[in-house]
Amino acid sequence: MRVIGFLLQKEFLQIFRNKGMLPIIFIMPFIQLVILSNAATFDVRNVPFNLQDLDRTSLSERLSEQFTGSGYFQLTGESSTSPQALDVLVGRNADLVLVIPEGFEKELMRGGSAQVQLIINAEDGFSAGVIQGYTNDIITAFNRDLIPQLPGSAVGAPRQTISVRSSAWYNPELVYIDYMVPGILVVLVTLVGLFLSGMNVVREKEIGTIDQINVTPMKRYQFITGKLLPFWIIGLGELTLGLIIARFAFHVPMLGSYWLIYLVAGIYMLVVLGMGLLISTLTESQQQAMFIAWFFMVIFTLMSGLFTAIESMPHWAQNMTMANPVRHFVDIMRRVMLKGSGIREIATPLAILTADAGLMLTLAVNRYRKVSD
Amino acid sequence: MKEWSSFVGFVVKEFYHIFRDRRTAAILFGMPVIQLLLFGYAIRNEIQEVKIGIADLSRDAVSQAITDKILSSGTFVLVKNPQSHSEIQSAFRSGAMSEAVIFEPASDREIQREGSMDIQVITDGSDPNVSRIITGYTASVIRDYLSESATTVDEPKGVVPVPLMMFNPGLKSVYLFVPGLMALILMLVSALMTSISITREKESGTMEVLLVSSLKPIQIIVGKVVPYFLLSFINVVSILVIASLVFGVPCRGSVLLLMAESLLFIMTALSLGMFISTITSSQQVAMMISLGGLLLPTILLSGFIFPVASMPLPLQVISNVIPAKWYLIIVRAIMLKGAGFAVLWQETLVLAVMTVVLIGASLRNFSERLE
Amino acid sequence: MSEPVIHTEQLTRKFGEFTAVDAISFSVGEGEVFGFLGANGAGKTTAMKMLTGLLLPTSGKAAVAGFDVFTETESIKKNIGYMSQRFSLYDDLTARENIRFFGGIYGLSSASIQEKSKALLSSLDLLPVADSRLSDLPLGWKQKLAFSVALLHEPKIVFLDEPTGGVDPMTRRRFWDMIYEAADRGVTVFVTTHYMDEAEYCDRVSIMVNGRIAALDTPTAMKDSFGVTTMDELFIRLVRPGAGEGI
Repeated sequence: MRVIGFLLQKEFLQIFRNKGMLPIIFIMPFIQLVILSNAATFDVRNVPFNLQDLDRTSLSERLSEQFTGSGYFQLTGESSTSPQALDVLVGRNADLVLVIPEGFEKELMRGGSAQVQLIINAEDGFSAGVIQGYTNDIITAFNRDLIPQLPGSAVGAPRQTISVRSSAWYNPELVYIDYMVPGILVVLVTLVGLFLSGMNVVREKEIGTIDQINVTPMKRYQFITGKLLPFWIIGLGELTLGLIIARFAFHVPMLGSYWLIYLVAGIYMLVVLGMGLLISTLTESQQQAMFIAWFFMVIFTLMSGLFTAIESMPHWAQNMTMANPVRHFVDIMRRVMLKGSGIREIATPLAILTADAGLMLTLAVNRYRKVSD
Repeated sequence: MKEWSSFVGFVVKEFYHIFRDRRTAAILFGMPVIQLLLFGYAIRNEIQEVKIGIADLSRDAVSQAITDKILSSGTFVLVKNPQSHSEIQSAFRSGAMSEAVIFEPASDREIQREGSMDIQVITDGSDPNVSRIITGYTASVIRDYLSESATTVDEPKGVVPVPLMMFNPGLKSVYLFVPGLMALILMLVSALMTSISITREKESGTMEVLLVSSLKPIQIIVGKVVPYFLLSFINVVSILVIASLVFGVPCRGSVLLLMAESLLFIMTALSLGMFISTITSSQQVAMMISLGGLLLPTILLSGFIFPVASMPLPLQVISNVIPAKWYLIIVRAIMLKGAGFAVLWQETLVLAVMTVVLIGASLRNFSERLE
Repeated sequence: MSEPVIHTEQLTRKFGEFTAVDAISFSVGEGEVFGFLGANGAGKTTAMKMLTGLLLPTSGKAAVAGFDVFTETESIKKNIGYMSQRFSLYDDLTARENIRFFGGIYGLSSASIQEKSKALLSSLDLLPVADSRLSDLPLGWKQKLAFSVALLHEPKIVFLDEPTGGVDPMTRRRFWDMIYEAADRGVTVFVTTHYMDEAEYCDRVSIMVNGRIAALDTPTAMKDSFGVTTMDELFIRLVRPGAGEGI
């Protein structure tokens, strides 16, 4: 125990003395948390919108007013021909062009129906779907008022309707920030932990001090513990600060128990740091270590369900994410904070993380060689 | 002439550095390919499968018909028939289910008598996006049911919208994400490579040797960038080939323009890496900045996954300094919309200015160190 | 010669096809200052790494302080001190912190660390700079400190790998005074160097060429048997026949 204490003391001295690293460890993550949490939203607002009213009647005007007054769309200009409309889309001046054809009002009044064309920029298929949904809402509402005034409408004819009363539990307003803050926090804590531990041992190799340690009677587990513990403490410290920001700056709810979060976080940090140390003992230069750590970090982040839902991945990719510790911790954080899940409900991911931690630490201790072959 | 040959010698030395360490070289060229392949398949927005619970308290023809309709749509998988709210709650908490549909008792009678009925749809709102999408799916299944069973004929239809999905009629998210992945991967690999190269020489003390040589600062900087530029070119080509052959992302504009813009973007990323290495003194700091500092901002602020237009105004302003944002606009415009340089000159200019500024700043930092 | 504390027989280390250390056999007695000479790449550092338990030998036999280098490396480590070729203390820690750290991991008590640290710092004249980072100290001072730190836990044997590389002759002279002091206290000193004048300071020297021991004796006897007047000449004589390996 005493030996580990001395190693700890040394590691902490080195960390806090590295003036270049301190802001990167302790400030950069939180700046990112505060700024980036606001960026992650799929809401589609203020869609730039171009009008091509070829009818120019009072009815066509009424329809276009519905669009501009809806709050979803922002009129950025008008066009009069199809090539013009296309140019507007290509030039990013509008994502929607509403084309009201000539004779629109006449047709409606004579035949009871008329078409309008909605040209939507579908580069981003998801947003395009949302835009289409908005236009459907607007036109449905417009029709509700219009149809009774049209010829041939059977007044009072029974129309069957089914109304869907939808409610979203845990987050009725569908606030995006509540969902993103816990996830981004996990990525930031992982980033710092993985990179710091990944560079640590290999740095001692590069400057040569590792040999000086290896000729001492220090045990392997003591070495790994002494290397791991400082980052473990820093990691949990960062998590704490992040949770405080989540609570007081973002008002993210906390329905579950903090104890549970810390229990999971404690195990999770062992996975991350064990992996970092493993990378560090297997590589020969900090550069190599960083490339490998980076490779995994990008995969872990994008395959964690943080930004795009796990459910939207193909099955083989969903299965792959089971091996991704970031996925499990993001999942647990969200469930415990937003849904109040208890330990029984997160038993599966927790068990996987615990097994991962055991595996990583065993590998890290075993792959660290005091005597090289 | 002599200066030129020492410069060439320097560039050759840089190439040696890169290729001698085979593991690193393998990572540099293998990683982008693996990542693009993996993410190209895995990063999607379409929900493949919704785990649904149905509580049918009415058990009549209407509720049966709607249930069948929901389950036969292919998107919904029935996981349970919850009996109570607390059962729904625990299924949400354990992640076993993400939506519950509840038919109130006697819905059959209600719709016959009153012409309307209610269906309750409860979603796990902790993921707002999934929640919104699956509510929409459910509602549209029910709408379809209604219009199929509607008996009324010859109603005036009023205004009928005819949507035309330009550039991506299938609304595939691959078309959106593959260009984003290209930007992300090129940015990180390029910035990372150069940011390390100068700090490593500083740490090992070889920088002094370079500085006392006859090389000018500009030559050292350029000599550092040139090899990585050529190597990144390989990454650009392999990424573009995968995007088109594997993921079928069309290139409707000029391939040559796309290539040229990609090289410009790489140049921006390389000079950003260079700049980082001139303001830091250790490899650790340089790497932490170019990895820890670039990863999330590039994903989140570039419009890769989340549309920039939806962000709060201050973030839209901040996003302007993210080079990947401009590159993404350019790539999507060329590949999907077939845009030409006339449309994209502004975005191109932004990237060019960024590059010049970064190289200029690096040179200044670098020369200051000499004095 | 007293009881050998280092003994090797046919000790060999191969890296793939390349034989770095080729069947060397020698013994070092207690309290001896044993010089291990050779050109760069002759295999000195590899041999030393095997003796200090940092590297497993390919074949042969060796014992250090009575412990086997194949199976008892951890016991060896309790009995030796080591100062590696690259400067091996932490540059971002102060002298005092380095002493405390290495004392601590060798299991010294806090009181004894305190006491030794004070004695050591004053004997090395480092008290005024004891609390500034090592990166601010001149190389010569750091090397003296590294040597003292290697002796902190009072090992039986100390291994010094090129301890005086890159410092001026005056500092080197003083460093050797410290080596003698240690030897007088009964510590066995195993030192590699490529400065031939330093060979004269050793009780016995061995000269390695291409992984083999080309000569082993006291400096005087060695010079006599080769009929040369300085170690430099001797060295050139030994290395020439095997020219082409590059020095």
